[in-house]
Amino acid sequence: MNFFVDALPLYLNGARYTLLITVGGCALAFAIAMAVGILGSTRSAALRALASVYVEVFRGVAALVLMFWLFYAMPLLTGYRLEPVFAAILALGLNIGAYGAENVRGAIKAVPRSQYEATVALNLSWTQRMRLVVLPQAWAQMLPTFGNLVIELMKGSAVVSLIAVSDITFVAQQLRTFTGETVLAFAAALVTYFVIAQVFVALMRLAERSANRRLGRIPARPRRRAKPAGAAAKGGAA
Amino acid sequence: MPQSDDTAPRAETEAAGAPAAAPEPAPAAGAHDGDGPLIRFERVVKRFGDNVVLRELDFNVEAGERVTLIGPSGSGKTTILRLLMTLETVNGGVIWVNGDPLSHMRKGERLVPANERHQRQVRRKIGMVFQQFNLFPNMSVRRNITEAPVHSLGVSREEADQRAEELLEMVGLGDKIDEHPTRLSGGQQQRVAIARALAMRPEILLLDEVTSALDPELVAGVLDVLREIARTTDITMLAVTHEMGFARDVSHRVLMFDEGQIVEEGPPEQIFGEPREERTRSFLHAVLESG
Repeated sequence: MNFFVDALPLYLNGARYTLLITVGGCALAFAIAMAVGILGSTRSAALRALASVYVEVFRGVAALVLMFWLFYAMPLLTGYRLEPVFAAILALGLNIGAYGAENVRGAIKAVPRSQYEATVALNLSWTQRMRLVVLPQAWAQMLPTFGNLVIELMKGSAVVSLIAVSDITFVAQQLRTFTGETVLAFAAALVTYFVIAQVFVALMRLAERSANRRLGRIPARPRRRAKPAGAAAKGGAA
Repeated sequence: MPQSDDTAPRAETEAAGAPAAAPEPAPAAGAHDGDGPLIRFERVVKRFGDNVVLRELDFNVEAGERVTLIGPSGSGKTTILRLLMTLETVNGGVIWVNGDPLSHMRKGERLVPANERHQRQVRRKIGMVFQQFNLFPNMSVRRNITEAPVHSLGVSREEADQRAEELLEMVGLGDKIDEHPTRLSGGQQQRVAIARALAMRPEILLLDEVTSALDPELVAGVLDVLREIARTTDITMLAVTHEMGFARDVSHRVLMFDEGQIVEEGPPEQIFGEPREERTRSFLHAVLESG
């Protein structure tokens, strides 16, 4: 028991780095996912090709190797050394951003065509259509997958321990080395990651619920809107 | 607001020889320039794959005229509305709106397929109400009606709000302005959709089977609203409908379609009273039987 009491401050300190990298990586991944995902849903073949090149390249690269490359190789080429935390944020953000882009593209495509047609009938421009109608509706669809990606990124942040950032995993390894308590050291790390993940899961649930409520889907799980064929159109709730 | 049972007396007065109908429709207020028709289809061809939906279709609609398109499903009626709304593109021929080509733009002496910017310019005058309402579920009723005028026409928020209130009052939903559209019945949603289309102050209103998705008891309320619009405005209307009573009441002219061509056209009392073509007769017979 003493082990946990003594080690708790160390793990909490490690969690700070884990959280920093998670939040930074998520911000970068989100920006990339939106930009690349929207490009991938445009009518321009050139823009779509650009988006798919990004996705294929960064989905196919191991985040760990990308981080090593940014941290060890880039200074040799450019003479500029990245902060290790920043190298990790960049590597994870670029990698997870590629997955997120596919999610955004899919969610945009899932907005019913009838909604697009209504924006044409109201003479909205492409930008207005995306901002006012398509993205707000696609948002609810994106969130569950974004939730998974946030957790992926958080767990993936453990790679920074390999470039000597003292995150949770790094702390666990140090404790193992100095105390010999291998079982306890890693068990504590597992629990810490798990607790952090639960916090993110809860936050994403809240976001999902609010997104669905804004689309008028009151119960947690949505009933899909009426099919254009006309069969399902029974007026809706009174 | 007129009751839905005013069908009979009105039809009688028209039959009795007060032709408020086609020959001299009310001219649209101001905006229509030139002498030509407001809408002109010139040898318009539309295909979906091998399926020819419209074959060299010619017809005109005058400003202020209310035209109903009837005919069996698959006869191309809805396609005509969708072409006008630029939701589809023509495979041949030209569509003119107010003397401007809608499907094409002028390039010197030649006509080339229209780009997005040209289409936005021309379709500003056109509004559409859909079978499935197509309200935006991410917005309140108020924003459904006000966003497009604010962003597309550049109307101020206050003005758009005020207009939304007036329009909702007109369609009998003044108390629903801050509701969420998914909490309204189908008939109420469709009336909001009508208000939304009118908020853009269109010269041309396209109605695509606007009551087909509604439960029977909700149909009358929507048709009453449309009758009221027909009575109080001079908006040019093109309606695809299976509501023959409504067609008889509001339209100046009825076009009977089959297989992408106009089989017969004329004022409603003629088409419904003494159709000349066998195909019109059998279609009307089938529709009235089932209704």
